[in-house]
Amino acid sequence: MLTLIQIELYKIFRRPRTYIAFGAIAALILIIQFGLKLDGKSYSDFLMKDIGGSMVIDGNIINGYLLCYIMLQLLLVHVPLLVALIAADMISGEANMGTLRLLLSKPYSRTELLLAKFLAATVYTIMLLIWLAILALFLSMWIFGLGDLFLMKSSYVVLINQHDVFWRYAGAFVFAALAMVTVAALGFFLSIFAENSIGPIVATMSFIVFFTILSTLNIPIFNVLKPYLFTTHLISWKEFFDLKVNDANEAIIGSIQNPQRIITSALVLLLHIVGFVGGAIFIFNKKDVLS
Amino acid sequence: MQQIVRVTDLTKQFKNLKAVDHLSYTVNEGDVYGFLGQNGAGKSTTIRMMLTLIKPTAGHIEIFGMDLAKKRREILRNIGAVIEKPDVYKYLSAYENLQLFARLSGIKPTRKQMMDQLEMVGLAQRAEDKVKTFSQGMKQRLGIGIALVHNPQLIILDEPTNGLDPQGIADIRNLILHLSRESNKTIIVSSHLLSEIEQIATRVLIIDKGKKLVEGNATELLDPAQTIVELQTLDNAFALQQLQLSNWTDKIQGQRNNTIVIKLDRKEIPALHTDLVNMQIQLLSLQPRHSLEDYFLQVTSGNQHVDTYTN
Repeated sequence: MLTLIQIELYKIFRRPRTYIAFGAIAALILIIQFGLKLDGKSYSDFLMKDIGGSMVIDGNIINGYLLCYIMLQLLLVHVPLLVALIAADMISGEANMGTLRLLLSKPYSRTELLLAKFLAATVYTIMLLIWLAILALFLSMWIFGLGDLFLMKSSYVVLINQHDVFWRYAGAFVFAALAMVTVAALGFFLSIFAENSIGPIVATMSFIVFFTILSTLNIPIFNVLKPYLFTTHLISWKEFFDLKVNDANEAIIGSIQNPQRIITSALVLLLHIVGFVGGAIFIFNKKDVLS
Repeated sequence: MQQIVRVTDLTKQFKNLKAVDHLSYTVNEGDVYGFLGQNGAGKSTTIRMMLTLIKPTAGHIEIFGMDLAKKRREILRNIGAVIEKPDVYKYLSAYENLQLFARLSGIKPTRKQMMDQLEMVGLAQRAEDKVKTFSQGMKQRLGIGIALVHNPQLIILDEPTNGLDPQGIADIRNLILHLSRESNKTIIVSSHLLSEIEQIATRVLIIDKGKKLVEGNATELLDPAQTIVELQTLDNAFALQQLQLSNWTDKIQGQRNNTIVIKLDRKEIPALHTDLVNMQIQLLSLQPRHSLEDYFLQVTSGNQHVDTYTN
């Protein structure tokens, strides 16, 4: 099994396509950092425009932590496409190249092969998130320095002490990795039905867009479905940045307002991963390979 | 002689198509087994069932004396195959592809062993080049190298000479003969190039529409002394009736496409001719055939099922 995973990882990281995702993330982050380094004051003023009359902020809110939050909000919407590029290609790409039949005639079970492929796609996804963390968090911390994290939510602001931020990012990135692995599992599941990777990649993104719209629509009939849709839980990493407050309305350091929501979201995502991968294994084991 | 492959009543039904229909055959140790059939005859489906890519609807496959359904892993460890096209990873070099599939087959050969393998299929000079720069023939040779890299006991080659130039075809032919004679490998070769099969096969299976037409010893099939004669007469029904009443009855192979097929010793042809005249059979033609291609065209041109005549 370990050999299979090593081989799958070797194949993933020998393909030029793999580095498109790493390159795209680097390019976007570096451009945002470059822009904010040059003109951070304007952006800060723009952010404060709506609340400038009701409160006064002393100091500079632009720091490495805020930049990372902004970039996570921007990028985690698009990272699923980069994940799907690889995950949705895992089986369909082999079928397209004609190597699937050779792989399946080797002395491994289909279940082993699929698990190895999924685990390799998971490693790729996690590496993508680590890359994102290195550039969006650590590089931003280095370029912009540290400070308290000032976040504007829809109806309130959150100010997190700089010493209380880093572990939240650690949690957020772990959760984001789980969310992206769920996307990888969906792409992986869809890839067993096709003999070229375009179809599963487009289908994965279509599913995400479709269910994201369902998740955000405020129509009562769909509200029943929302807790069970994985798209509802993809952005639960933000929960790490909501704090409990004491009676004096002061943030409690080290607290999370609703940790149960994070646990529930993580469980829903895990169930989806098990469902997608289990479904893929079940169907693929019954499938005749005609490619 | 030990049976390496024993297929019994193998059947594959796709929705409305019976691709393989109660197919039974055996391959013995050391055989170069020619697997012949027209396009869509069921060759690839059969080979894919032997490699567990397709699940049989019914029937039984036994390889190395083990049930394929129960001992898949042990069996596949000892099989090397090129299935239809020699598709490999185009973004990797020949050496990397070979190394990858060697590891997948559970072995870790040394660089020298790998280079020897590439040398054997004529690719040592291109070992480090990406496969995407290879011609079809070079990919074919690499595919064969991959099939052989783990030194399997049974080699299954589906159309191994596809895309090769005449020299390449000759090289592969010599390689197959070498593997059979020197290394005592058992080789199943599916091909539409009958002249190639004719030169290398020790036994032959011909299938059509998923059914076995002929399974036989190639030397006997192609023995110039053992000739297939096709008779065309004005009244085939009468001719067949007369022949069945005569001493020729055991030599009648069947009737198809308005011909009566008789297998006989070449020296018996004059006697047959005389008897046909004596039986007052009005003969239109009497045509001896003895190349595999003639035989193949003859047996696949009709729909009738011919039983195994030689084992």
